[in-house]
Amino acid sequence: MALQSLDIVRRSATTLPSPQVRAGATGQVAKLIDTTKCIGCKACQVACMEWNDLRDQIGNNRGSYDNPPDLSEQSWTVMRFAEYDNPNGNLEWLIRKDGCMHCEDPGCLKACPAPGAIVQYANGIVDFQEENCIGCGYCVAGCPFNIPRISRRDHKAYKCTLCSDRVAVGLEPACIKSCPTGALVFGTKEDMQLHAADRIEDLKSRGFEHAGLYDPAGVGGTHVMYVLHHLDQPELYSGLPQNPQISRTVRLWKGISKPIALAMLGFAALTGFFHYIRVGANETTDGDEAAAQSARKQPPSPPRPGPRA
Amino acid sequence: MSTEAGRIDARADDRRAILPTGDAIVRYTARQRTNHWLVAIAFVLAALSGLAMFHPGLFWLSDLFGGGPWTRLLHPFLGLAMFIAFAFLAVLLHADNRMTPGDWRWLRQWRDVVSNHEERLPEVGRYNAGQKLVFLVIVLALPVLLVTGLIIWRQYFASYFPIPLIRLAVLVHAACAFALITTIIVHVYAGIWIKGSVRAMTRGTVTAGWAWKHHRAWFREVTHAARSRPEPD
Repeated sequence: MALQSLDIVRRSATTLPSPQVRAGATGQVAKLIDTTKCIGCKACQVACMEWNDLRDQIGNNRGSYDNPPDLSEQSWTVMRFAEYDNPNGNLEWLIRKDGCMHCEDPGCLKACPAPGAIVQYANGIVDFQEENCIGCGYCVAGCPFNIPRISRRDHKAYKCTLCSDRVAVGLEPACIKSCPTGALVFGTKEDMQLHAADRIEDLKSRGFEHAGLYDPAGVGGTHVMYVLHHLDQPELYSGLPQNPQISRTVRLWKGISKPIALAMLGFAALTGFFHYIRVGANETTDGDEAAAQSARKQPPSPPRPGPRA
Repeated sequence: MSTEAGRIDARADDRRAILPTGDAIVRYTARQRTNHWLVAIAFVLAALSGLAMFHPGLFWLSDLFGGGPWTRLLHPFLGLAMFIAFAFLAVLLHADNRMTPGDWRWLRQWRDVVSNHEERLPEVGRYNAGQKLVFLVIVLALPVLLVTGLIIWRQYFASYFPIPLIRLAVLVHAACAFALITTIIVHVYAGIWIKGSVRAMTRGTVTAGWAWKHHRAWFREVTHAARSRPEPD
């Protein structure tokens, strides 16, 4: 359910403007995930479970620290652990808290066919409204980060809400509250960019010359940003995409093809209607019946040269 | 089906059978009509539910199916039903739907077609070139719709396919559905336009004059066959 205290700027499968007199004057929010400070303790995963009342199945050890091994409808954030042998011969343990990036231009929302199942608030949070979700899974195809998961129990899509319920009443997301190292911080997007700039300066002074802020422009920027030691190689962090954007296929499908196809179907129907009005029905006359009768009575003449002759 | 004629209909192996019902010529047997309307019902329901998920302006169509989740749930089964029903219909009708040289001439003379000047056109067999094209579009579109539909069927199959393939499949699915729906609009209009066609697909028969006017080569074939019907071998 949309929160009254949060205004909606975008609503899936909706052709008219959403109520938006409140312009989000307090600014847009962002979560900053500093991978260089993360120790992989998973307190954020636990906090997410607690606040959102989620309990994933107890899984099996698959030979890595990733647990659970992937996002699910019960796990809206997971730590992904990558081991990177850097060119200096040292091992770097690159740990990334994965989850919804809250894109400024959300591919899930673009792909969604159900009105109001996905909304974007004025503060930038992208939220799934499960009671409007029809379970088609188009959001999965639309997302450039492979985040949404469809529950096999209720066939609804789930993902991180950025604790929109907490943020609406002036609290920080649950994961932020739990982080023991300060790797997770939350505030206005502008503040988070400034905070990240300080961190990046510090990292560069300590030899991480490619340190930088991951706020990909291909999706209009995100409301979850990463400080990375290796902004030049985001793939090192368990496949974080270099230049994520809404796929061209999805844009074609959900963009120009929709109005054109609908217009052409309408045009086809109208063409038929006006053909009937202008040219009229093609009726069999008594003359045709008489001709058929006489043709029947005649002895079978050699077939006229026709298409089936 | 209790009437004698009905039983003959249902068993008729010869699709060009003529029943002695006055001037009427049998165009579709009960089996063919049943098959056609099964396809038609499945198509209408699949198209309406698909359009509901294609364009937000048509999402209200989902109310016809009991809401969004029901629409999402039913749509693939309706599509599957259409594919299976049409597979049988295709077996019944494909032999009469091969393009011939005369068909291309018929298509080139489309202006005579749409202006009701059939007398200027080459003689048409059981199906004219327009009908054959309708058949062709359906034959081509349905298998593609089936395969792409399975790929994007979230409940059972989509998780087995990579996301880029799903994106492609959903686009191709929409494109094929568009081609199919456009074609069926033409098909339905042709039935409204050419008087007597609806009777052929509802009651099974056409008048001799109708056959003579619209499908003269077929008319000659069936009337000749009726006069000199060979003994079944």
